[in-house]
Amino acid sequence: MPKVKVDGIEIEVENGTTVLQACEIAGKEIPRFCYHEKLSIAGNCRMCLVEMEKSPKPVASCAMPVAEGQVIYTNTQMVKKAREGVMEFLLINHPLDCPICDQGGECDLQDQSMKFGGGNSRYELNKRSVKEKYMGPLIKTQMNRCIHCTRCIRFSEELAGVPDLGAINRGENMEITTFLEKTINSELSANVIDLCPVGALTSRPYAFEARPWELTKTETIDVMDAVGSNIRVDTKGWEVKRILPRTNEEINEEWISDKTRYACDGLLNNRIDSPFVRKNGKLIECSWDDAFVEISNQINKTVRVGGIIGSTVDLESIYAFKLLINSLAGSNSIDFRQKDFYFNPSHPGNYLFNSSIEGIDHSDLILLIGANPRIEATMVNARIRKNYAQKKLDIFSIGLPEDQTYKINFLGDNLSILRDILNEKNSFFEKLAKARKPMFIIGESVLNSLQGQFVIETSKLILKKYNQLNALNILHQSASSVGAIMIGAYNLIENVVQNEILYLLGADEINIDKKNKFIIYQGSHASKNAKIADVILPGAAFTEKDGLYVNLEGRVQSAYRASYPPGNAKEDWKILRALSETLNKTLKFNTIEELRIKLFESFPSLSKIDELPIIDYSNLDISEKKLDLDSVVHYQYLDYYQSNEIARSSATMMECKIAREKLKKTGTDD
Amino acid sequence: MSGKHIAKEQPKSFIFSEINLKKKDEILKKYPEQRKKSAVMPLLYLAQKQNDGWIPLAGIQYIADLLEVPYIKVFEVATFYTMYNLAPVGKYFVQVCTTTPCMIRGSGKIVDMCKKYISEKEGHLSEDKKSSWIEVECLGACVNAPMIQINDDYYEDLDEQSAKKIFQSFNDDSLPSIGSQKGRKGSEPIRDRLTLIKN
Amino acid sequence: MLKDKDRIFTNLYGDDSFDLNSSIKRGDWKDIKEITNKGKDWIIDQIKKSELRGRGGAGFPTGVKWSFAPKEVKEGRPHYLVINADESEPGTCKDRDIIRYEPQKLIEGCLIASYAVSANTCYVYIRGEYVNEGKILQQAIDQAYEKGYLGKNAAGTGWDLDMYIHFGAGAYICGEETALLESLEGNKGQPRLKPPFPALVGLYGCPTIVNNVETVAVVPTILRRGADWFASFGRPKNRGTKIFCISGNVNNPCNVEEEMSIPLKDLIEKHAGGVTGGWDNLQAVIPGGSSMPLLPKRVCETILMDFDSLIEAKSGLGTAGIVVIDKSQDIVKCISRIARFYKHESCGQCTPCREGSGWMWRMLERIGRGEADIEEIDMLMDVTKQIEGHTICAFGEGSSWPVQGLLRHFRKEMEEKCNA
Repeated sequence: MPKVKVDGIEIEVENGTTVLQACEIAGKEIPRFCYHEKLSIAGNCRMCLVEMEKSPKPVASCAMPVAEGQVIYTNTQMVKKAREGVMEFLLINHPLDCPICDQGGECDLQDQSMKFGGGNSRYELNKRSVKEKYMGPLIKTQMNRCIHCTRCIRFSEELAGVPDLGAINRGENMEITTFLEKTINSELSANVIDLCPVGALTSRPYAFEARPWELTKTETIDVMDAVGSNIRVDTKGWEVKRILPRTNEEINEEWISDKTRYACDGLLNNRIDSPFVRKNGKLIECSWDDAFVEISNQINKTVRVGGIIGSTVDLESIYAFKLLINSLAGSNSIDFRQKDFYFNPSHPGNYLFNSSIEGIDHSDLILLIGANPRIEATMVNARIRKNYAQKKLDIFSIGLPEDQTYKINFLGDNLSILRDILNEKNSFFEKLAKARKPMFIIGESVLNSLQGQFVIETSKLILKKYNQLNALNILHQSASSVGAIMIGAYNLIENVVQNEILYLLGADEINIDKKNKFIIYQGSHASKNAKIADVILPGAAFTEKDGLYVNLEGRVQSAYRASYPPGNAKEDWKILRALSETLNKTLKFNTIEELRIKLFESFPSLSKIDELPIIDYSNLDISEKKLDLDSVVHYQYLDYYQSNEIARSSATMMECKIAREKLKKTGTDD
Repeated sequence: MSGKHIAKEQPKSFIFSEINLKKKDEILKKYPEQRKKSAVMPLLYLAQKQNDGWIPLAGIQYIADLLEVPYIKVFEVATFYTMYNLAPVGKYFVQVCTTTPCMIRGSGKIVDMCKKYISEKEGHLSEDKKSSWIEVECLGACVNAPMIQINDDYYEDLDEQSAKKIFQSFNDDSLPSIGSQKGRKGSEPIRDRLTLIKN
Repeated sequence: MLKDKDRIFTNLYGDDSFDLNSSIKRGDWKDIKEITNKGKDWIIDQIKKSELRGRGGAGFPTGVKWSFAPKEVKEGRPHYLVINADESEPGTCKDRDIIRYEPQKLIEGCLIASYAVSANTCYVYIRGEYVNEGKILQQAIDQAYEKGYLGKNAAGTGWDLDMYIHFGAGAYICGEETALLESLEGNKGQPRLKPPFPALVGLYGCPTIVNNVETVAVVPTILRRGADWFASFGRPKNRGTKIFCISGNVNNPCNVEEEMSIPLKDLIEKHAGGVTGGWDNLQAVIPGGSSMPLLPKRVCETILMDFDSLIEAKSGLGTAGIVVIDKSQDIVKCISRIARFYKHESCGQCTPCREGSGWMWRMLERIGRGEADIEEIDMLMDVTKQIEGHTICAFGEGSSWPVQGLLRHFRKEMEEKCNA
């Protein structure tokens, strides 16, 4: 390990460290614009120049590898002058429009100018003017402000896997754009806004909404899919103004998907802010008591109550819901599956993403089975893409999903291939035998009741053969699924929907045949199923309550309340608790803490917040039943921008959907 | 000036002619199979030649598809290098070197003559649509300054008279022979040559 | 003055044909097998002994560069020889003449160099404007293939060599070797970060030696006539013969091959027919292509044209493109036009060059037009210092040095143009 000296401090660093990193290890701040830990090194902004003994010129520390005995200075006159010089060059053509720039307050150029700039302006000539570029409905461009660091280009090429961005022309006329100003064809596109160190790429939906210092910031968890991306929700009063990623290296690193970031305007629209009951075929606003009495009257007629859990419901609410339905129906007449799929709850190894998301970084072979991770779990796909780009990871697939931003080796679309792999009739087995850390990723599309058991059990048989039983990964789509499985909130969905009274807890994706049924809809949005309901109970959205969520890895994470439910709406557990009292089945908790204690007593493993579950695979049973199947993969259509009631209420998501459809029709890919 | 001028009117499609498809195959043979992208520049030239001296956007997409390269990457190349024209040029495309060695030998006068004989504005077609001119940076024929390039050919050792003759020759397509207009073969001194004297 | 018998480029002026047979008659390809039979180490050693320094501008010792190529060729990592024929430095037009009149010298040099650095493929990157020169080179390559001088067992040497031409498309920066490699790979010509250096990670990530046309073209003659012969010209560390290009305000602008370290005044007065209007009418000379700071007349009286002497005079030999400027010229305008050239040619990658080169040009224009305040002269100097040494490639120096040269020697003239 090389030893280097930074401003007189001797440190020893790993081989392959850059001088910039070494300086940081020594506690020296190095200003930078183009350098970013997660992107390739461009070395073009020249802000990170440091002095090095034996080098007549200052060196770009981001691009210089450390070598034994280097003597580095970060505080000399040479360094100071170099930084001031670069800063001045960056500013000569940068507009002085900070008062109307949304980057204001969180602008690297502002901050570093304060710290490292010369403090005065000598440039008296005209500034360059560059036309705005259209990049889609999410990214607002103000290219006068661009400092050409190329972070956005590198992100789209390296991480998003869609080389849509580039720098055209040259010299002082260089401009960042997409080809003919097309929409960026990615679900990760808005991360370039975070990466842009200046106000060239800002958020279009958030344009002129607020100044960062006016916002209340709450660190919480995303529920748009089962990944559990870590986010920060910024609110001004009741309104969620924007959602940003929060770094969690084990889950989303420092990125989030566009839906996670931009479905949030759906929180402001189409909300239910009062209870309703249906009178003479019409939904009439009413008091909580009236609504509860109406429910009570119905339940007095029949106890045939079925509960269906929606995709974004928190663990505590699912648990309280289960307790309530059980106390009424006397049985576990509840489920979370709004569409048919098979799972095996007997052992966590059967239904989790066992390799873990971070584990993708270390994988050397992936088999996708009916999975479309780009749409179903965007951040999981981003990891796969990263490994593919950096280490040329081999990716195979049974079933051919849409473009995943990496090369897929298509094995065929018949699930019987699994049996062939098991019987060593398909040469994929040779790859598997050689792999150190293989992964099977199984999508919900092949987990219907017809195929599910075959796919899971055959996969286990294959993996067991190579001593890789922990390589089974189920790609769940909903934030509530794994938690519901863990606390046993499932039954047979066909049976549940047979009940005369259906209680939908935010369940809006399921199609209900209403007929003579009595429907209770408890949720945040006046969505499809709210419209057919007989009683509507206004609930809180995920940003308006504290709650736990279990992601597809089985990791329990805490979400925190950033805003509050509108009007008379309440948090779901409170509604369930109050209703239980009216029904004389009073649930035995009065606060969320008490509810949580009860939950943890029943399911101790859920109390381990933020940890990956520890699973013993030695007792993972495999069905001995002879399984056979001849069936092809059919991908279920998942409308990425419209997958839940929040997204469906979001104007931004609709714009994205339209933009992408247009791109597909006219676009650069066809 | 900011960036490259891109024609507003664009043809809907572009494909290589039979001959150029064969040339494309020859070009691809120069580079390792996995490095097809290296052929971007020669293929852009091929498209430019086929399309009367400029490359339509459809040509950029066509080449990108041929080489399995993202459109933006080919577009970057086409806008970075000055010799790719993205808008129509004249049948006689005149490039006047005006960098210092030519400037101090009178390239300014050549520019004036372009304005007079071709078009007042740089980069615009002449009235008869036959020619256009632009100023360019050093063309690497400094000892034969001032000089211009017309399409592929250099016309060197110019003065007002010889330049006028060249520009007027566009009318009846009777361009003088290429190279020095003062009668030298190459870059030898025009008189008093002291070296490489044959006995 | 160098004697004709000691000139390497005997057909520099195209008196004779470029074709292979004529070239052979002039002595090209003679004993090529004997030369390569002496082995790679011998060749590299001879080139080191000859003290040949790169003729593209930087003057790096050629033999040393060749010795950086890995000794063994690793599986899947072939070596490449790339010839830099992207001659674009204003004031320079020597490689053009080698290509059109002496192409076999280049091809033969490529075979020897390829052999020495274990390359079986050679690309010649020629500037796009040299269409006709490229055609001639292609004919010459075709003739060499026909004769068996290229291809399998080239010229009976036992070494296989394929040679291809790749045209640039109008980008001065592609003369920078890593930008050239980027361009050859089908990208924009933006210089790469170094390290790693091309000798280890070059074209397609493989070991690559990049040499200028003139450098490689003199190699066969050096090996044939001996390193000592070549090293007998010029001063220590500045050896050999060199093609000088003399342009600008002279009576007979020309290219001429002369002994290294020849006095500048000899080149101008003897070969180029003298300064227009006589020596006393001389204002300044750019001695090594546009990147090199100009020299005032006083220095031109005695300066020797070689690497070290010009560095001492705070300039450089560069490409040996000599631009003579007489007193009828507005010196600020001359340098301002060079600044415009650099603004036009900046690749745009690094901040100081992208933003600074245009700023310098605009200030020079203001000064030239008499619109600037006198303080701007100091500011201009500051800006050159903020660019110099702060960029990925040497373009930063190339664009700021000529301006610094002007400030160094013609400050008074500049001040006179400014508002007090």
